[in-house]
Amino acid sequence: MPDVIDKVELAFTVNGEPVRLRVAPQDTLLHVLREDLELTGTKYGCGEGECGACSVLLDGKVVNSCLVLAAECAGSEVLTIEGLAANGELHRIQKAFVDHGAIQCGFCTPGMIMATCALLRANSSPSEGEIQRALEGNLCRCTGYRKIVDAVRSLAQGGVADA
Amino acid sequence: MHDVAVESVAERETRPGTLIGQRIPKLDAPEKATGLARYIEDIKLPRMLYGKILFADRPHARILNIDTAEAEALPGVRAVITAADIELVPFGYGQDNTALKKEKVTCIRDEVAAVAADTPQIAAEALKRIRVTYEDLPVVASTDEARAPGAPVIHAKVSDNTPFRYDYAHGDVEQGIRESDVIVEDTYVLQRVAHCCLGTSGIIADFDADGRLTLYSLTQVPFLYKHDLARVIAVPPEKIRIIQPPIGGGFGSKLDIHPFEPICVFLARATRRPVRLVFSREEEFLATPTRQPMVIHLRSGARKDGTFTFRDVHLLLDNGGHTSWGATTPWISMRTFSSLYRVPHVRQHVDVVYTNNPYACAFRGYGNPQATFALESQVDHLAEELGLDPLELRLKNAHEGGDTTPQGMILQTCGLKECLQTAARNAGWKEKRSASNRQSSTVNRQSSVVRGIGMASLFHVGGGAKIYRSDGCGTILKLDDFGGITILTGSSEIGQGSETMIAQIVAEELGLPLKNVRVINNDTDLTPWDVGVHASRTTFVAGNSALRAAREARRKVLEAAAARLKRKPEELDLQEGNVMDRTSGKPLESIGKVIRGLHFGRSKNELIMTTDFYEPASTAPDERHMGNISSCYAFGTHVAEVEVDLETGVVKVLKITAAHDVGRVINRLGIEGQVEGGIAQGIGYCLSEEVKVEGGRVLNPTFTDYKLCTAPDLPELDISFVETHDPAGPHGAKGIGESPLIPVAPAIANAVYNATGVRISELPLTPERVLSKLHEARGESDRRLEIDD
Repeated sequence: MPDVIDKVELAFTVNGEPVRLRVAPQDTLLHVLREDLELTGTKYGCGEGECGACSVLLDGKVVNSCLVLAAECAGSEVLTIEGLAANGELHRIQKAFVDHGAIQCGFCTPGMIMATCALLRANSSPSEGEIQRALEGNLCRCTGYRKIVDAVRSLAQGGVADA
Repeated sequence: MHDVAVESVAERETRPGTLIGQRIPKLDAPEKATGLARYIEDIKLPRMLYGKILFADRPHARILNIDTAEAEALPGVRAVITAADIELVPFGYGQDNTALKKEKVTCIRDEVAAVAADTPQIAAEALKRIRVTYEDLPVVASTDEARAPGAPVIHAKVSDNTPFRYDYAHGDVEQGIRESDVIVEDTYVLQRVAHCCLGTSGIIADFDADGRLTLYSLTQVPFLYKHDLARVIAVPPEKIRIIQPPIGGGFGSKLDIHPFEPICVFLARATRRPVRLVFSREEEFLATPTRQPMVIHLRSGARKDGTFTFRDVHLLLDNGGHTSWGATTPWISMRTFSSLYRVPHVRQHVDVVYTNNPYACAFRGYGNPQATFALESQVDHLAEELGLDPLELRLKNAHEGGDTTPQGMILQTCGLKECLQTAARNAGWKEKRSASNRQSSTVNRQSSVVRGIGMASLFHVGGGAKIYRSDGCGTILKLDDFGGITILTGSSEIGQGSETMIAQIVAEELGLPLKNVRVINNDTDLTPWDVGVHASRTTFVAGNSALRAAREARRKVLEAAAARLKRKPEELDLQEGNVMDRTSGKPLESIGKVIRGLHFGRSKNELIMTTDFYEPASTAPDERHMGNISSCYAFGTHVAEVEVDLETGVVKVLKITAAHDVGRVINRLGIEGQVEGGIAQGIGYCLSEEVKVEGGRVLNPTFTDYKLCTAPDLPELDISFVETHDPAGPHGAKGIGESPLIPVAPAIANAVYNATGVRISELPLTPERVLSKLHEARGESDRRLEIDD
């Protein structure tokens, strides 16, 4: 039952801002982002790391936040979908997704964009095959992936590693 | 991408700056790309509680007792309800379901009790403390068991476990048999698949002091839902307001009332607090209905020259433990059997049988993917028996524009032949088919991989479906003083892009930039009536309504501008937010200024607001299922190219070449997305997806064990639009939502046959199934060799 186990102090950085709060040892990063920090852009899709809807960057690497315990993130930097757009302007990955029709119901979109972000940081001009493999852990039921891959390809062609 | 223009497009749509046919990003995409869109799970109301349901987890049992005392005593639990606490009003197409079950449960997902608590964790803990005493009953695990003599009766009022039978016929099948030179007969088995919307199901129920109920609901059919739900929850429909937050995928899953919805209302009523109930992924797999599984026995004949003579169809449906829309999907299946091709004699019989398995609802295609798999697989079988090319056989029997099918469907336009020819041409059908024919002889001896090519076509409603007496949609337009426009439409956005399509049609008519357009489409207190998102109807029906309301607004703006500018309305045009001189193309005045002039006029004061209710000219089918159910019809052809590994049974789809009669492309980006997404769902349906059920239990309620297509599964796509400009469609457009999924599976299965010489009539084509069918076909000699190895 909740509150039986003592909460622990957690200090980490979320979208560039230092955050300090108390979390239960069993709380996932997804839970803390959504419920404690009200960053609801990160989605619950399955709770077992199979759909990728909860993808965020943890110290630059893409993770399923439903599988990461929040307490493990002490001292880490977390980037969520809310941390991408700056000064009221869409981030270029977000803009590419919008312009290429890569968004239908949109539920997988934040996770897809974060997985793309991790890919482009690691590889500024991925091939089509590399894009498909990088997004393999992110399920989409609407688009059939074509337009998502097209959106990522449009960014890769520029070859700029500023994702 | 290719376009095949059958007729020239209207003059106004070819002018520079037209929005029709352009690639328009979805209006709601930035909100979704930034994570700001608030889905149901993101909405929290003050004092909101969390609801959770106790499911029976046994397929067939009598409920002897439910003890909730321990759950009620748990701190943080605000209400525990069972069937004893509510009025049990039956609902669903079979009127055989209730929100909570009282005397017995008939499938594992049956809802037995529910809790509202301060946190989801407390709610989950409380469920563990509810003690239900059951007496297990014999499980009816299949339609065979259900129809065996002495089978346990699942619902007392249906003693033979067969709640529905449908019959359809035209012509005389016996005559058709006599006239046939070739007759083939096959049985097709179509599995249960899950919608797998990425956003799980959910609802928030919130009563105000006056007893008015606001539901944040993901329904695809808000107005029908409000009407049907009112009875179940005993709230007058006029006191129910449905607000739809962004919906994380629909595909038909949200076309019915599901028990969790009235349950959430009962919890809100019991606690006098708002309650949110959102499913986990496991609950989504276990407690939402699937696509309707079917066994299809099909016999058809042809003359030597390929002319179809007859078709004799029997559908057997496992209805599961309750009835949702799945039981009615044969209404659409039968239209494909009767009307995809010209065939003079058709007879169909449908049996819908209760079991203790999970039940089925609507799912993109509504019985048509099942029917099309059977029919298009058998057309290839017939072609082989006749020694004809499958393309030629289809062309020979294809309907044409101007035909009325024997089931009474009026095909004002029909692009089937163009679709067949376009897809075949773009795929290189003739060359590849002759190269790949009897593939196995051409296989490289070093490799176990063979290639094949196959095709399938489709027929579906494209102009709504008159299931109810009205298949209409309402629109209200209001122009503000600054050239902005608000559209209130009855139609819902479920990710498919209807909001953008409607904005586009209205902006086009009024010459306003898209950024000036706001669409309100998710609040039944504001929006006028609409049947809902189903039957691929929204572009056609809601688009027509929006177009008509916009034309009226355009007329008013032009009249006002003509009066101000002392010109005739026909000399003026509206473009890019301005009133233009039609001849010179010069802007004369902004539309906003014209409207302000009208509103704050010296002699009179007016606002521009228009309304429209569009009712398509279709007719509801009669008791023999005859009638022009839709205002237009959609057609299409897919050609699939596959590789099959003879050693592993793995089927890989290399390419899908698709051609769809869409009437007219409105939003090219959106329509491509619909086709691409439909193809991916079709590939999953064909190759990997299955909700596995054994003894009434679901064996694979996770994405680990239920295999959806992922990005690397994506084949090469070549998509064409055949523009037949249907006279009834908005700008000539037909519906497209369901069509792209429908022919995928048979096209792939036909390609697998072409590659291997083995026809598989059961889905999905998993490696295990393909391998076992290959082994079966190889026969005794091979089997002996394997034993010797």
